[in-house]
Amino acid sequence: MWHDALLVAGKDLRIEARARVALWQVVPFAVLVLVLLAFAIGPDQASLRHAAPGIFWVALLFSTVLAIQRSVAVESGEGTRDGLRLSGIDPAGIFLGKAAAVGLQLLLLQVVLWAGITFLFDVRVHVVWLAVTASLLATVGLACAGVLYGALSAGLRVRDTLLPLLVLPVLAPVLLAGSKAWQAALDGNAASGTQWLKILVPFAVIYLVVGVVLYGPLQEAA
Amino acid sequence: MAPVVHFRAAVALAGRFPALAGVDLSLDQGEVVVVVGANGAGKTSLLRACAGLLPVTSGDATVLGVDLTTDHTSVRRYVGLLGHAAPLYDELSAAENVQFAVRALGLPVKSADAALERLGLIGRLRTTPAGRLSAGQRRRVALAALLARRPALWLLDEPHAGLDATSRTLLGQLIGDAVADGASVLLSSHEPELSVPLADRVVSMGGGRVTGEESGGRRVTFTAVPAAVPAESTRAEGASHVA
Amino acid sequence: MSAQAMTRRPRWLTVVGVLGVIAMGFTVWLGLWITPPDQFQGNLARLLYIHPAIATVALYWVGLVAAGGSLLYLWPRTRSLFWDRLAAASVEVGAVFAALTLITGAIWGRPVWGVWWTWDARLTSTALLLLLEIGYLALRRVPAEPAIRARRCAVAALLIAIDIPIVHFSVDWWNTLHQGGTFIDPGFQIHASPSMSWTFLLGFIAFTLVFVWLLGVRYQVEVLQDAVGDQELEVSLSERWSEDTDLVGAAASAPTPGPGGGTS
Repeated sequence: MWHDALLVAGKDLRIEARARVALWQVVPFAVLVLVLLAFAIGPDQASLRHAAPGIFWVALLFSTVLAIQRSVAVESGEGTRDGLRLSGIDPAGIFLGKAAAVGLQLLLLQVVLWAGITFLFDVRVHVVWLAVTASLLATVGLACAGVLYGALSAGLRVRDTLLPLLVLPVLAPVLLAGSKAWQAALDGNAASGTQWLKILVPFAVIYLVVGVVLYGPLQEAA
Repeated sequence: MAPVVHFRAAVALAGRFPALAGVDLSLDQGEVVVVVGANGAGKTSLLRACAGLLPVTSGDATVLGVDLTTDHTSVRRYVGLLGHAAPLYDELSAAENVQFAVRALGLPVKSADAALERLGLIGRLRTTPAGRLSAGQRRRVALAALLARRPALWLLDEPHAGLDATSRTLLGQLIGDAVADGASVLLSSHEPELSVPLADRVVSMGGGRVTGEESGGRRVTFTAVPAAVPAESTRAEGASHVA
Repeated sequence: MSAQAMTRRPRWLTVVGVLGVIAMGFTVWLGLWITPPDQFQGNLARLLYIHPAIATVALYWVGLVAAGGSLLYLWPRTRSLFWDRLAAASVEVGAVFAALTLITGAIWGRPVWGVWWTWDARLTSTALLLLLEIGYLALRRVPAEPAIRARRCAVAALLIAIDIPIVHFSVDWWNTLHQGGTFIDPGFQIHASPSMSWTFLLGFIAFTLVFVWLLGVRYQVEVLQDAVGDQELEVSLSERWSEDTDLVGAAASAPTPGPGGGTS
């Protein structure tokens, strides 16, 4: 399973490194969301600073949908869907590999977004470990849940419109917990932030386990 | 010895459409069977069912000892399917694609190199991204991946399509080698003059069922030669002279 | 013939339907005319006879049937389209009940809170539940072979079922930390007279009966849809076979009956 996961993650990341879709489309899109939400809120520095963690996580969530769609698209070329199913790779390995590849891209994206809110909204993360922990946990959850729902919608003609509808409400707890934890990290209030990790941890663990178990049946159903 | 493929009244659905409507077919180890038939006769569906991609919903279906009606996934790593579309990642080179297919089975990467060489994928072709290769070259990469994985059952869907004369000769040799190695081959074709000489048996399909069977041209001299096939092609590997 | 046999509704279902309508009628009658207005909330408290009952169906009964059905479908030993249809029927009825929960909640909230909507924890998680159910129903509408659709939807239902507790807790914390305390609990504490308690209880029974009835009817519709599909399959199977005889006929009349049929 781990060998297979590494193989699939390596393949996806190599494809990403060549195609640069994440770099030239997903990252600019995330920054665009930052700017658009700032437009919607208005130029008042105080309210922007207040909204910064929420904006960060909304941008991350939307970009996650794009990253997942890209991850699904890589496998939906003519013949490659069947190719992967025939390859003999353990479905759990495919799941972990694809989730790892998406997760790595999401981490990079968060670094950019972090720089973005620091620069645009003039906020500073006071409790760095809290923000980083929340981001890492959320990344695992987002990548696992996302890849799972991506597999659910893969192979459907309507997948691009169906995926956001399916996955965004599911990711809502990550948005809530993530933005609250980041708010605490920005305010320098570590105590109130740590309890949000209690949402992020089970979310990550549950989707990781469920993905390992259900990816096989899902691959056959799409 | 149990046959490699054993289908009795096998029905498989593509959506609501009965792609296979009760197929009877049997294939022994070391046999080369060619499936012929019009477009939509069910040839591709038969190969996909054998590969465990199209679930058989009723009837009996066993491939390499695995009952496909109860478990259609575990047979996959032992078969090699060459479909209409080559299962290649456009951003990866020919070599990387074949290496991925080989490592997926846990085989050493070296076997990929041998297969690439055998298919003439050397030099520039080896490192070009698959997205920039021609259809025929992509097919050769797919064939190299199949060869490197050493499947027990080769499932070739219109393998001659898009291949040049040299590659067609090579394909005949590869099939011969595979059979000598103990593998079995099920091959669908629109071009009997190319495929029948390779075959032990020729099975014709229509309406999702097997409608007839004749002997092929590999070892036995066959009687029902299509008029277009010259006598010399009754020898194995003589096919290339036709093209 | 087989389809006709299936259109016949089982008698128990009709009985449940009739009982449900009667119980509903009594709930309305008792709730609107017989019970006195509440001493604090006045006539508004009459919503209490239906809102918690609807919410119970939407959250618990639906969740139980949908998650249980999906799980039993995915479990190889109990795999049967019965469970798949039951789960799907339950989510569809559940979406209606979740919407009714939100609507009755909003009607109650407007005079009490002064706004139609508040980001109360229960309202928010019910709204998310409705969105998740709509997602499931959208997935279900994507055409596919019954077995494949069943598997896909069963996985989706389980994923949703797993998500709901997380949604519930996160929204709960999110809200309580933000505004302090949930609104519904103190609001719904009323001093009940015996007639009010009985009406309250009857409301639960009425909505549960209606739920079971709708579930049964919806299940029948699923069966009929699949039966139509099966009949289409029979037709297409025989069409497929006649393709074959056409081919043989064509080949027989052709001068050289090559194995390819010469049609390509």
